[in-house]
Amino acid sequence: MSLHELSLRELGEGLRAKKFSSRELTQHYLGRIGRHDPALNSYITVTADRALAQADAADARLAAGQGSALTGIPLAQKDIFCTSGVRTSCGSKMLDKFIAPYDATIVRKLDGAGMVMLGKANMDEFAMGSSNETSFYGPVKNPWDVERVPGGSSGGSVAAVAAGLAPVATATDTGGSIRQPAALTNLTGIKPTYGRVSRYGMIAFASSLDQAGVVARSAEDAAVVLQAMSGFDPLDSTSVERPVDDYVGALGASIRGLRIGLPKEYFAEGLDPGARACIEAAVKVFEGLGASVREVSLPNAPLSVPTYYVVAPAEASSNLARFDGVRYGHRAEGVHTLEELYKRSRGEGFGAEVQRRIMIGTYVLSHGYYDAYYLKAQKVRRLIYDDFRRAFGEVDLILGPTAQSVAIKLGDKSDDPVAMYLNDIYTIAANLAGIPAMSLPAGFHQDLPIGLQLMGNFFDEGRMLNAAHQYQQATDFHKRWPKGFA
Amino acid sequence: MSLSPEQVKQVAHLARLSLPPEKVEPYARQLSNILEMVGQLSGAATDGVQPMAHPLDMVQRLRPDAVSEENRRDAFQAIAPAVENGLYLVPKVIE
Repeated sequence: MSLHELSLRELGEGLRAKKFSSRELTQHYLGRIGRHDPALNSYITVTADRALAQADAADARLAAGQGSALTGIPLAQKDIFCTSGVRTSCGSKMLDKFIAPYDATIVRKLDGAGMVMLGKANMDEFAMGSSNETSFYGPVKNPWDVERVPGGSSGGSVAAVAAGLAPVATATDTGGSIRQPAALTNLTGIKPTYGRVSRYGMIAFASSLDQAGVVARSAEDAAVVLQAMSGFDPLDSTSVERPVDDYVGALGASIRGLRIGLPKEYFAEGLDPGARACIEAAVKVFEGLGASVREVSLPNAPLSVPTYYVVAPAEASSNLARFDGVRYGHRAEGVHTLEELYKRSRGEGFGAEVQRRIMIGTYVLSHGYYDAYYLKAQKVRRLIYDDFRRAFGEVDLILGPTAQSVAIKLGDKSDDPVAMYLNDIYTIAANLAGIPAMSLPAGFHQDLPIGLQLMGNFFDEGRMLNAAHQYQQATDFHKRWPKGFA
Repeated sequence: MSLSPEQVKQVAHLARLSLPPEKVEPYARQLSNILEMVGQLSGAATDGVQPMAHPLDMVQRLRPDAVSEENRRDAFQAIAPAVENGLYLVPKVIE
């Protein structure tokens, strides 16, 4: 087997047994990026020198018998995470020349674990998008069909991992930006509970919804990296002071007796029959593993898209007010007044989707509209949250589709914002409620991947990863490779 | 709910965004479509429902009132578009 086909556990074992060095492994990936990334555009910045220096340091630690399970293993960081001394663009012209002056907490943690950063992954501008077509650095292509989108906003992260241009990648999820792209590229992606992973140094989009996580080639790989990323951080005011469960240790447990709920709203009109068939087959696998399955209801789930498109733009318009052309970021030339400096710097620096969301957010927060839109959406958010509370009184996990169908073609919906927003119809509710959720491969329709979504109660990442791992012991969808990238 | 081109110009002003004239009409159409979709919320029964601002039932954490940050003024000004003598430069504000 080639190095890029190995799991993180196998990579760790190979490094420890001196079958290969971290430098060799890193060079293997850098070589693949050089050969394959021109077709995919999954990286905005490749940090080869930094990677090789980290690899040498990892080899020294391993030679001394030190290091963690992740020491010497490469990864891609989504370009939303600040990396000291390395451009952190967030997919935007606004930050095209921004060299972060500090590390995000998760960058510090994964660097500290000895991981090797190959580069910064492409993404929708400021994580606003579901197809990775809003990036200032151009769209990312789906390795399963380069005429199709990889999903978004973490499109670079998933394309890199799916094509073997990184063994694993970090990602973020505000309304589905980890799970939907993972589904469309045959990966396992997990968004943990809000507050589980530090947001410090993660460029803010919608602060009450944003959460960092992982995209990987299996639940086991995702568990190992999530374990290293999670935990309390005093630098994030919404970080939760609670010990991190043993995700890796919980993977092997039987799921006999696990109660799984199928929300009937997730199987209603709009779900492609090809996707439905994959999800129904997956339900049978879980039943075969001893889980009990019953229908549940999330009656307010159909309101999650409209709720999100008030709450998220409102928070975004506030967060993105910081880009003023004065302290960092793009600054317009030849302006004569301060107001003109603000307006032209922001007009030139932000792309169309970011501008739309800033304007929607500004509008719904403005005098006379606040109650009708923002306050109303916050109340419906509570109803969506209460639905989950009720459902988790009856079941342990909720199972449904991640996306309505397979990946769309590039350009198919890029001129129709509302049609694009409906891509996230199954994923947004988990962000509004704050619960953990993940997507895992559940089969293929027209030779393109279909993702299955699991949602768990607060801080039930371990139970979710356990169920996903057991499913992956009984299926082999997650082991398939896109043609041309073997 | 639909937004007129005039309202789009007003919102863009509030958000400090300069819009080229030819973009105003397409934005008005797209933002109106978004608001129409969002309008589904008005049918939801929310009497007596507490607004939810945040998923976690938590209060703002406090820390001891002690200096914890080092002075990194030079590092932060190094990434600014225009500085001079440790000051951020902007166009003249007072005529």
